[in-house]
Amino acid sequence: MRALRQVPEGAVVAVRGAQPDLAIDLAGWCRAKGISLIEQPGASYLVSRGFQRQRWAHAERCGLSDPRAPGAVCEHASPTWGVAARGALVEAGGPEFQFPLSEKSTLWAEDAARLYAQAVANQWDPNTAIDWGQEFDLPGEVEDAVAQLMTYLVENENAALLVPARFLAQMHPHFREVQQMLAVTIADEARHVEVFTRRLGLRGRGPALSTAGGQTSLKTLFDAAEFSVASFLLSVLGEGSFVNLLNFLHVHAPDPVTAQVCRLAAKDEARHVAFGMSHLQWHLHHDRDLALRLRRAIERRHDELAATDGLNEEVFDALVLIAAGAFTLDAIEQGYRRVRQLEQEMADGRRARLMKLGFSAADASDLAQKHTRNFM
Amino acid sequence: MPLLLGAVAYAPKVVTIWEGFKAFFGRRGLDFDFVLYSNYERQVEAQFAGDIHVAWNSPLAWQRAERMARARGVTDRVRAIAMRDTDCDLTSIVVVRADSPIRSLPDLRGKRIGVGAIDSPQATLIPLQWLREQGIDAEREATVVRHDVLGGKHGDHIGGERDAAAALATGEIDAACIIDGNHLLFTQEGVLAPGSTRVLGRTPPYDHCNFTTSPHAAAAPIERFLELLLAMRYDDPEVRTLLDLEGLKQWRVGRTSGYALLDRAVKATNFFTPEGAIGVNGYRY
Repeated sequence: MRALRQVPEGAVVAVRGAQPDLAIDLAGWCRAKGISLIEQPGASYLVSRGFQRQRWAHAERCGLSDPRAPGAVCEHASPTWGVAARGALVEAGGPEFQFPLSEKSTLWAEDAARLYAQAVANQWDPNTAIDWGQEFDLPGEVEDAVAQLMTYLVENENAALLVPARFLAQMHPHFREVQQMLAVTIADEARHVEVFTRRLGLRGRGPALSTAGGQTSLKTLFDAAEFSVASFLLSVLGEGSFVNLLNFLHVHAPDPVTAQVCRLAAKDEARHVAFGMSHLQWHLHHDRDLALRLRRAIERRHDELAATDGLNEEVFDALVLIAAGAFTLDAIEQGYRRVRQLEQEMADGRRARLMKLGFSAADASDLAQKHTRNFM
Repeated sequence: MPLLLGAVAYAPKVVTIWEGFKAFFGRRGLDFDFVLYSNYERQVEAQFAGDIHVAWNSPLAWQRAERMARARGVTDRVRAIAMRDTDCDLTSIVVVRADSPIRSLPDLRGKRIGVGAIDSPQATLIPLQWLREQGIDAEREATVVRHDVLGGKHGDHIGGERDAAAALATGEIDAACIIDGNHLLFTQEGVLAPGSTRVLGRTPPYDHCNFTTSPHAAAAPIERFLELLLAMRYDDPEVRTLLDLEGLKQWRVGRTSGYALLDRAVKATNFFTPEGAIGVNGYRY
């Protein structure tokens, strides 16, 4: 078949073989493949009728594999390219796949390949990266506080897993690097859910409270129909704030396991934020109206969540207790100040990222304050 | 009134194929529709009842249509107008196990010979007729083991052949009659182990399916249908998937020169009477 693909119509390929019934098998095979057969004693002669080459008429090369090559990643990915590897020669007449996300301008990120490589190189094993057997014994109220925090973190990471997953399912695989980054991000979040759950139950506690306000805040992420808006709310604003939170928990952790868990998760989340920033920068460059849609998304979300409690008081209290380190008046007062400081750092971080995306200082301050009180 | 084509639904892909061709013809201005039958007998009867204008017939269905046409004096209107390139010059083979003591056709006497379904041209009627013409009356001088699967579909689904090949592999029978292409297919599928069989004999070439016109069909739509068929090109992405599903690279103008062996088989077994009624016993469809 390889030989026949390379010869023109009318060319002859000789076949010799030792198998006694080869001529009979060749007869059926040639008939099915559209090849003429001349049987002679000792050899069979296959005459190409050109069909092997005809299959590849009108085939289309769908971009190029190496993203650095000029024109490698196309502005629009065709439904007819389907799930073919970028750069493959796609036979004409195949099925059309419907990928709603098929425009490079709306989903690309210049740093996707680099961040994906970094992610893959930094996949840590929950069993070995964290010393689960470390000895520690926290006062009951503090262990309760850790359990409440972990419950809250799992809930938020569930959202952080599912929101990109929904867009990943809609994305044309032509944009391989972004697809890979979302896939590894989802794997990161799954690992976070695992380790937060494990820490939660490490001293026999079960999950604590999940509030309507917290879930309402996270639900608004699911309601964002546009990939860039969801990415903005989740990664640039939400996960950005979460990096601050996880670093805070790492520093003030009441036990070494909590410290390790939060440090490792924070590193991953920082990468998610970097990807979100890279993507938003790309899309904003190609669509000036996006800035307005991002602003409206924050404002709409703020209005929708105005009636909710925001960060539930049990989570807030748990944070204060963890930051306090002890259940004394002075310690609680210090813990409270530290959490207020954390909130300010979160707002400062959001403002800085908004300015990096091109919002004015005044707009960035205003929008940073309107972020959900749930942190994410 | 659209040009109505009858086809037998021997596999789910038949729906895909004819929906695809229907859309293709429609885009080229031919008002076309298809009717599916579960068996060829109903389909050929429908041709003479005036229900369809053209039938995608097996070679055995052609034999019946030809006889019915002759009995009604309309042989000039019942014609084989087109076929696939893959319908031309097929052969069937008689296969034995490689280590079998059967070395020549006369050695088949007293042995168990597996065939396909009762109505399979390639795996039953043709090879048994060929053996008859080589001096071996298998029904009298050996034991013919039929593998009846989906009667009425004239062996299209090859299920009976596959069962016969499997029976050969396990030793239940001593020889199996299959179409040449299935020797390779069954080896690839693992029904027959590579090198485990030997071809004892091979029939002369014969032809297979054709598009048969019905006696009442108007000439113009039939001509247009034939024109569009013959114009289909394998390098056309619009039609290549359909051609692949239907198992051809090119349509050809129909010929009847390849049906003589099957015609003799039908006469010898009285599968159909000269008037085109079903003459054979035990045919369930």
